[in-house]
Formats: sequence, structure tokens, C-alpha cells
Amino acid sequence: MSEGEYKLRAAFGEVLSLRPDQVTDETSYGTTKSWDSIAHMALIAAIDTSFDLTMDTDDLLEMDSYGKAKEILRRYGVKI
Amino acid sequence: MLLANKVVWITGASRGIGRATALEAAKNGAATVVLSARSQQALAETAEEVRAISRNELAQIVLMDVSDPQSIKAAFNEVRKSCKRLDVLVNNAGVLKQALIGMISGAQIDEVMRTNVYSVVLLIQYAARVMLRQKSGAIVNVTSILGRTGNEGNLVYVASKAAVIGATKSAARELAAHGIRVNAVAPGVIKTDMIANIPAERIQALQNSIKLGRFGEPEEVARVIVFLASDLASYVTGQIVGVDGGMWI
Repeated sequence: MSEGEYKLRAAFGEVLSLRPDQVTDETSYGTTKSWDSIAHMALIAAIDTSFDLTMDTDDLLEMDSYGKAKEILRRYGVKI
Repeated sequence: MLLANKVVWITGASRGIGRATALEAAKNGAATVVLSARSQQALAETAEEVRAISRNELAQIVLMDVSDPQSIKAAFNEVRKSCKRLDVLVNNAGVLKQALIGMISGAQIDEVMRTNVYSVVLLIQYAARVMLRQKSGAIVNVTSILGRTGNEGNLVYVASKAAVIGATKSAARELAAHGIRVNAVAPGVIKTDMIANIPAERIQALQNSIKLGRFGEPEEVARVIVFLASDLASYVTGQIVGVDGGMWI
């Protein structure tokens, strides 16, 4: 697992109260009970902090799964 | 020391209510006062005054044009990276354009709404990202008495300030459970550049409509902003506090 993926899983796990091994590409807004609209903002904040960037609002709306988060982070030049 | 150890970010900090709020925050022990506006020169003067009150590293200038979402994002990025936290956001920057209904241009609607409303929503959104992680924070928006009363010749400005009132209440409802309070002040006639162009014959009529019989000073608004931002107001959220000398009762 790359360092980037390790950090991203940790962020998802912390905010959504999941163990890192419970976080998969399919972990999504619609299927994860703890991922509500406020958790979504907290998730963005955690990702901003972990990767020292500020995600665009459009990306914020697009990020509906862990897999999508990886895809978006690659656009910011994160190796993941 | 109402704001001891707090990081306070003030938009429109180069003059008027914003500048007065920066000085009041410094007097009240803020750890860092981040000053934002478009003009480096004007902000440098405010920063100088803030530093005169407290230590040198207290004031930080972050240039930002609130009519430009990219500029807002860049400023937020700078604040987040340099301060690591954000305890208080004061959304003060705004623009006042006058026009009777038949003379309102599309460009004017766009400019006023972008500056007075879009920026407030964006900044609340950005601030919430940091404050949610802290599980604490206070946001104070500067609206206007006109957002409550309406006014001839100010349709777009009034609509924008009414929108800020709505945004304040909605954000307060959404963020309260996470320890973040959102309030607004609604100043009446305050001695700032915004009233510099009022014709002399209107001045007396305006003063007569104010129960305290005078215009307000920027510092009188700033003190209410600091109160709302402080822990003294720990049980206050979603409120629009008039600072208008009893003009609207």
C-alpha cells in the first residue's frame, strides 16, 4: 500500500469510524451509515489536512466513494 | 481578554467595521488576527495598528478579492497552512451599489451577489472544514439593517443582505451540533465610507429615525462582533443582532 493510500484510509477510518481494513473502493456515501453530509465535510477537511491541499468545491460534490476520492487526489498530483 | 489564544480571520479588514474589528480582536488577546482585503497598502495600515496594540507576529495579511472564488480558495489555503486552525471568521467584506429598480444592470446584480453572498457561502463552507475538525468555532457575518427593512434604491444590496441573514440561520442550524456557532450583526447607519455619499439633507432625516439620535461608530459594531465571537456568547447561535441605535425596533 502506498503512503498516500495509507493516509487516505486513515482519514476515512477516523472520520467514518471504520477500521482501515473496512475501507474499500466501494465504501460510499450511499452505503456507509456514518457518511452523512456533515461527515462529508469532515472527510474533506481530513483529506485537506492529510495531503496539505484544498479540494475544489466541485470535487467535494463529486467525491461519493473511497475509489472516487483516490481518483480525485490523483488529479492533485497525489501518488496513490 | 475575550479572544485569548484564538485565531481570528476578518474579511474587509482594511477599513470601517472590519478594521475596527481587527483592532478590537487585538485588544481582546487574539493569538493571530488574519487581515484580508484586496489592497496590500490599506491592510498594511491596519496591520501596523494591530501590531501597535500587541506583539509583531499578531497581524497577518492575506490578500483576497471576495468577488473571485479562486482568490477566496487561495486565501483560505494560506490561512489553513500558516495558522493550522481557525477559531473565528468574520465575514465583513461587502459592496454597496445604489440604483432604482429601472436602472439595475445585470452586471450590478452579478457583482453585488458575488461579493456579498457567494463569498459568504464559500467562506462558511471553507471555515466549516477546519472548525468541524476542531469541533469548535464561531462565525460572525456582517449583514445590514436594510436586510430587514428594505430600502428604496438599494434593491440588490438589500436582497444580498437578506440572503446573508438566511445563510446565517441555516448555517447555525447545520453546524450547531458540531460546536460551531454562527451569528450576524445588522448595523444601522455607521460612520464608514459607505455613508460618505449620503446627501446632507438626508443626514438629518436619518438621524431623526434613530432612537439614540446619532450615527454609530465602527468600534460599537466591532465590540458586538467580538462578543458574538467569544465564549461569552457560548449559548448564542443563529441570531441577528441589531447594532443600530434603536433604528429598527
